[in-house]
Amino acid sequence: MEEIKLMKGNEAFAHAAVRSGCDGYFGYPITPQSEVMETLQELKPWEETGMVVLQAESEVSAINMVYAGAACGKKVMTSSSSPGVSLKQEGISYIAAAELPCLILNVMRGGPGLGTIQPSQADYFQSVKGGGHGDYHMIVLAPSTVQEMADFVDLGYELAFKYRNPVLMLSDGVIGQMMEKVVLPPYKPRRTMEEVIAQCPWATTGKVGRPHNIITSLALESEVMEATNNRLQAKYREIEENEVRFEEYMLDDAEYVFVAFGSSARICKQAVEYARAEGIKVGVLRPITLFPFPTKKIQELATRVKGFMSIEMSAGQMVEDVRLAVNGTKPVGFYGRQGGIIPSAEEALEALKTQIIK
Amino acid sequence: MKKEIIIAGFGGQGVLSMGKILAYAGLMQGKEVTWMPAYGPEQRGGTANVTVILSDDPIASPLLQKYDIVVVLNQPSMDKFEPRVKPGGILIFDPNGMTRVPERKDINVYRIPATDTAAALGQVKTFNMFVLGGLLKVDPVVELDKVMLGLKKSLPERHHKLLPANEAAMLKGGEIIEKL
Repeated sequence: MEEIKLMKGNEAFAHAAVRSGCDGYFGYPITPQSEVMETLQELKPWEETGMVVLQAESEVSAINMVYAGAACGKKVMTSSSSPGVSLKQEGISYIAAAELPCLILNVMRGGPGLGTIQPSQADYFQSVKGGGHGDYHMIVLAPSTVQEMADFVDLGYELAFKYRNPVLMLSDGVIGQMMEKVVLPPYKPRRTMEEVIAQCPWATTGKVGRPHNIITSLALESEVMEATNNRLQAKYREIEENEVRFEEYMLDDAEYVFVAFGSSARICKQAVEYARAEGIKVGVLRPITLFPFPTKKIQELATRVKGFMSIEMSAGQMVEDVRLAVNGTKPVGFYGRQGGIIPSAEEALEALKTQIIK
Repeated sequence: MKKEIIIAGFGGQGVLSMGKILAYAGLMQGKEVTWMPAYGPEQRGGTANVTVILSDDPIASPLLQKYDIVVVLNQPSMDKFEPRVKPGGILIFDPNGMTRVPERKDINVYRIPATDTAAALGQVKTFNMFVLGGLLKVDPVVELDKVMLGLKKSLPERHHKLLPANEAAMLKGGEIIEKL
């Protein structure tokens, strides 16, 4: 059995990246995710697997290096935190339009602006509703443990290549900075050039015995651009159909439901412990994919519970998707803290009592 | 078993490493552990604290409002965390630089003169191990030999020659802690 290790979420992500057979990491340091590149520099994967680890001159460069690497069919990634991820948005929109696979990690900190270095979840809208320009979606995975910071690297690449779509891991300063137990995934070799050519017939791998592969997000003819958009939308519907992931925590007999992702879900599980000690039957629905969102699951829950409470480290962003799903059939409350303040389990429970149970 | 611990003091006192050693020791005893620093623009003299949870079951929130054990190593930390000890819980403080003693009567208060003892023995750099030894004396949340293993694991190999001094500091810490 693989050894159980104790490490930070950021460190686990870096270890998992090397083990996933990643070809290249391109980044620029920013708190609270700097341990990602620090760990990669310590691991020196270029000596073992040939993986490139490069500190670019800016976030904009880093995402465009990812764009280029992905166009060649390589497994590439970048990581940053909120202000840095904002800088990457143009590149992400291009990557989504060009239908290229890649992995992006956002270890969220408080905004807007340069904000604070403390944890936040206020990039939900940016992550699931677009962020860059145009009609596109990333597949968004929200880890809530250090183990998931490691496990979602492989899952992210699997989904990215399956749908030729950028995948975002939306983490936060708590999960990035916290140490807990983790079992790292087994090593996968980097793919050979032959494997890349066989698995990514669309990639710019050198025109030998086939027509040119052209990767671009530009289409000056509106009809062509609309067709691209229609193809993208059909893909997003397929993703919504097939890739919804969530965790149910004590929902079987629940009368009330906390909806929360990432570290907020951990806080809600604590609140459930306190609530159940008082005889309040509450559980947690933790969306693991934020896009696609577990809309159907919430609709199903709405037929049997008395109300929902969205707990977030934001002014209330995911709660809008909860309300859309519930569609007025049951009350939906919200409680959040901002600017790097983390809501406590006691506050979450109090909010449920005052807003929903009454 | 579930122990919720916070260690708070100045940056540079070894608060985070003390938490790390506890966490490693817990890991080696097969516990679930979380180690959550109040990270910030760290600097010597700034405030620092770390929440460590050791549990037999999966840990929900890595951040808490109330703790079983609170270790405070400066006055601002005592002011902030004394009210957050669970009734019947443990508060450990080093009197160095403190302007008052803890006031609550519904908790168990322990004093450990770790700064003075470490200075008298010329062991200023192992200050945090005196405190950790005191903590484990009043509540053995992890076994001593696991702590030494945890320390070995969290120290870079070039510092392993310092292990005996750390062990001695920990044992001494157990002797100098006293209940108020």
